[in-house]
Amino acid sequence: MSADAPTFLGMPPFPEAAHEALGNEQLRHNLRRATGTIRDKRAQVIGELDDWEGLRTRAALIKDTALHDLDRHLVELEEQLVARGVTVHWARTAEEACMIVGDIAQSHDVDEVVKVKSMATQEIELNEALQARGIAAWETDLAELIVQLGHDLPSHILVPAIHRNRTEIRDIFRAEMGQVGRAAPEDLTDDPAQLAEASRLHLREKFLRARMAVSGANFAVAETGTLVVVESEGNGRMCLTLPEVLVSVVGIEKVVPTWDDLDVFLQLLPRSSTGERMNPYTSTWSGVTEGDGPQECHVVLLDNGRTRALADEVGRQALRCIRCSACLNICPVYERTGGHAYGSVYPGPIGAILNPLLKGVGHDEQVDSLPFASSLCGACYEVCPVKIDIPTVLVDLRAQVVDAHREDRRPHAEAAAMRAGAWAMGSSRRMALGQRASGLAGAVLGRVSRRANASGRQVLGWLPSPGSAWTRTRDLPVPPTESFRRWWKRTR
Amino acid sequence: MRVALMATCLGDTMFPDVAKATVTVLERLGVDVDFPEAQTCCGQPMINTGYLDEAEPVVRVYHRAFADHDAVVLPSGSCAGSVRHQHEIVARRSGDAGLVATVERQAHRAYELSEFLVDVLGVTDVGASFPHTVAYHPTCHSLRMLGVGDRPRRLLEAVRGLELVDLPGERECCGFGGTFALKNAEVSSAMGQDKADSVIASEAEVLVAGDSSCLMQIGGVLSRQRVGVRTMHLAQVLAAQEESA
Repeated sequence: MSADAPTFLGMPPFPEAAHEALGNEQLRHNLRRATGTIRDKRAQVIGELDDWEGLRTRAALIKDTALHDLDRHLVELEEQLVARGVTVHWARTAEEACMIVGDIAQSHDVDEVVKVKSMATQEIELNEALQARGIAAWETDLAELIVQLGHDLPSHILVPAIHRNRTEIRDIFRAEMGQVGRAAPEDLTDDPAQLAEASRLHLREKFLRARMAVSGANFAVAETGTLVVVESEGNGRMCLTLPEVLVSVVGIEKVVPTWDDLDVFLQLLPRSSTGERMNPYTSTWSGVTEGDGPQECHVVLLDNGRTRALADEVGRQALRCIRCSACLNICPVYERTGGHAYGSVYPGPIGAILNPLLKGVGHDEQVDSLPFASSLCGACYEVCPVKIDIPTVLVDLRAQVVDAHREDRRPHAEAAAMRAGAWAMGSSRRMALGQRASGLAGAVLGRVSRRANASGRQVLGWLPSPGSAWTRTRDLPVPPTESFRRWWKRTR
Repeated sequence: MRVALMATCLGDTMFPDVAKATVTVLERLGVDVDFPEAQTCCGQPMINTGYLDEAEPVVRVYHRAFADHDAVVLPSGSCAGSVRHQHEIVARRSGDAGLVATVERQAHRAYELSEFLVDVLGVTDVGASFPHTVAYHPTCHSLRMLGVGDRPRRLLEAVRGLELVDLPGERECCGFGGTFALKNAEVSSAMGQDKADSVIASEAEVLVAGDSSCLMQIGGVLSRQRVGVRTMHLAQVLAAQEESA
């Protein structure tokens, strides 16, 4: 759309990126309110079901089984799609997928497409690729529209403009809508109804004009070659029915074998994502229907790292993900940093595992920092509707990152510290010696320290680096002069 | 039944009073507590930072030290969780079938303190008295990795004189997270700050939890801001026999 559309490329590692976000009080306030609201709604609608746990288990099993025989299901999906008049394309990489979509657009001589909100097309940066070929891609989901008009990046999977408040949105609409289509009214206020009306009028023009639409799919049912889009605003329904040409970019992990399987996910997804029993619009289409809807349908089946993730024994469970965002909304880290700090369209706990799994570790500092962007509290695992054990995958990916750097030429201070720690803990005699040293230090520091905590224990308020990372915001108790070990020996 | 205390490296080195309190409680309930001196650490600091090779000798030390015990009591949900759920990962990676078998045999003998008291000894009233207002922070690993549920709360409710008050947002992480506290110090601090704020809002005199590491985080923030709320380990409250004033 615009020449200055930003990209996640070149984002700094997580701790650095988080630094900026943490300084933004408004962002933290917006995030806390928004995630808190969705979290409460989710808890309420899940509480209504008799057997939520059973449903989660079934969903995980369906996905695991489907992924286990992915090759078979994909071929079945392709056969069914082709039989229903769909042209199926296979894309190994983001570049291939973008090329395919661009070629289709060019073959129809269109200079614009309307888009249904889709993570896969965000992931492959399709809008930027189309723009480079002179084709404008208009986002039609309200939040994606806000992000696009604001020359901004998405910060949440479900609500990509969660970092914006309505005053900011009004300003963006006023300044930007007129540049790319129908302008917002001069007297637009930040009243949600007015904002919605402005976007409705702005978008309607594009829906009615566009000859080609691009979508993703939440699910692809193999047995009937049916694609499914689950949405809230009806913009998706417009895109899927009005234009002549429809191209859907679908990650290969989106396949579910049967409609019975789909039934399980349609119960899980809206409850986990928007906290609704049912989402307002569920569109399903199985190929081309003569005289009704798009008369030319394409499906681009996208790998882009998914087979790499599938080969990862521990991490492959991440491919069960149905992009609901429940893990983002519960995550204490995400709540404080927002999504941009993760440097990807997939932020939060799922992003912390999905990005390294799709891209591989050991060659990009930013990707390598993601598995460490978690306190391992496990809240994400608890809410995940498909039971992805995110903490376990995080720990496994941490090990992969460490292993990938074992042969680095420049020795890493952390690795040296871990080796030293392991050596000390490798024998109780060595550990006891270490405790004697910390006890002596404690005896000295106890005299130097001028401060005690509420329990009357002396504390340290300053330590040299790397201890300063602790003491910048937190006191540390002075080590006791006698370890438990010594006390036991002395008294027993 | 042979019962051992695993003091944990942090407890042994930095918080010996917590280990002593654990001994006090167990002995008061008639348990003959052993402290195998060969013990060191559960290996969690290395495991959770991704240093699995480095963790292996530490995991071996654990299983040698506690080979002859029927139950190992740990005053830490996080360390008990590591023994029960993570040692297996380290053992498998080592390729040593003997270590895998040992870990499989022994992992479930590790009990977090409240689990041991409630499930093994069948006790909720441990004969403690502690006439103070207390807020309880359920630590993430005891809550989600072990599933200790309301056991700590039941133990606290049976303490004479103790008034248990609600901690707003109690299930939210304190932000410690092991090396996360250093590698992502700013996020960790922001989480710690919010937890400290809810401790203050609870108006409790004492904040209690089952993990010294989390208490070090929350207590570190409270102390820095000179908030007069004490932090105490669950074991210390259960060991207390204070007369009311």
